[in-house]
Amino acid sequence: MHDAPSAKELIEAVKSFLDKTAMVQLQGHAAFHARVASNALATVLREMEQRPGAEARERDRLQALLKSDETDVGALNRKLCEEIRTKRVDLSTPGLLTHLKSTTIDQLSVDQPGYSGLRTAAR
Amino acid sequence: MGTANDIEKGLSDWASEHYGVAAAIAGLRRLSGGASQETWAFEVEAGEKSEPLILRRAPGGTAAARSSEAITLAIEAALLEATDKAGVRVPGVRHVSPPGSALGEAFVMKRVAGETLGRKILRDAEFETARARLTQQCGEALARIHSVPLSGVPKLPTSLGRNQIDKYEAVYREFNLPRPVFELAFAWLKDNEPEPADPVLVHGDFRLGNLIVDENGLAAVLDWELAHIGDPREDIAWLCVNSWRFGQTENRVGGFGQLDELLDAYAAAGGARYRPADIDWWEIMGSLKWGVMCMTMYGAFKTGADPSVERAAIGRRVSENEIDLINLFEGLGRHA
Repeated sequence: MHDAPSAKELIEAVKSFLDKTAMVQLQGHAAFHARVASNALATVLREMEQRPGAEARERDRLQALLKSDETDVGALNRKLCEEIRTKRVDLSTPGLLTHLKSTTIDQLSVDQPGYSGLRTAAR
Repeated sequence: MGTANDIEKGLSDWASEHYGVAAAIAGLRRLSGGASQETWAFEVEAGEKSEPLILRRAPGGTAAARSSEAITLAIEAALLEATDKAGVRVPGVRHVSPPGSALGEAFVMKRVAGETLGRKILRDAEFETARARLTQQCGEALARIHSVPLSGVPKLPTSLGRNQIDKYEAVYREFNLPRPVFELAFAWLKDNEPEPADPVLVHGDFRLGNLIVDENGLAAVLDWELAHIGDPREDIAWLCVNSWRFGQTENRVGGFGQLDELLDAYAAAGGARYRPADIDWWEIMGSLKWGVMCMTMYGAFKTGADPSVERAAIGRRVSENEIDLINLFEGLGRHA
């Protein structure tokens, strides 16, 4: 399979069309949705770049926290949720809050890098 | 029925009855926002006078299936009247139209001038005086809302802290999308639930966006759809939730004020005496609640009920509430 243009280039082209052509010709609700659509593509672009590294770090932390050699991040997160629900893990568990904070910072850096709570967390 | 023409006809008939036969309706227009209710602006012109008014109306004039917690328009109108009597600044109700009438299920209220957009209120120079007064005014307004005698308001659902944990946990579990931060928040809320307060009338959505602010400060409290009988700390904390500080994180109260000032004003106006730490549990509840609500909005995209890009994208705002929860948990550690 070829990748010329690559997925990233295609998304950038669509985003550029939305920003420079579509948005200026739209009004009201449609203009609002075009802006949301452009922001959604920006999220996709950040995710393509950041997710692999972030998810690898999340996997390492979850394996250490849960003393598990499971490699699937979804399965590890389900396990962590189960541990919290059954009170085997709570706010006083060493490493839990640090792990959740790192994961959420990575997630928000993809989802909403301008969010005020991210600045608070970095302090 | 439901077209602008039908509404204009219904309003004209009402206006000539109440303002005199020569009264006319002008400038009828649908305002944006409000998925569960229609909101229309118009003027009644009678002789030299022109009164700006708002029509709140059930979509199509009939009460459609609403989310279970949203109250009816007739109850909303009755609440405006009850809170008006208690000294809360609310738009005066001019007319209540029952289901099946020409206008459909609706009410007409005064249109109060001012701004509702949080970012403008927090940023624009014209609201500088307003910002300096808003904390005090919100404390007073909340104390007055919470003082409304329950015997004088229509029957409302009761929802205390434990009810809310159970309700939002059920919604969260239904999605089967494990989010460890939310899991931790549910567990922590259950383990640290405060003694319930004596139940009072709670507005349920008291925050910038639902308050009309003019250059002198709070001009009117709007959007009573989520009113219920509950814990007064819920309203105080909801105004503090970081989602409603519009980026002004350092001001815990709505992005414009400090919590001890709000609590002082609240107690001075007859409310209970709370300490900032009393609000923490409810702020955590509030951030969690808004996170689950964002998941629900994304759920409407996922099921195809609302396939808009906006509903899809809101699923990527849930992490905002997760970081707010983590910041709150870290704050608890510092206070302890």
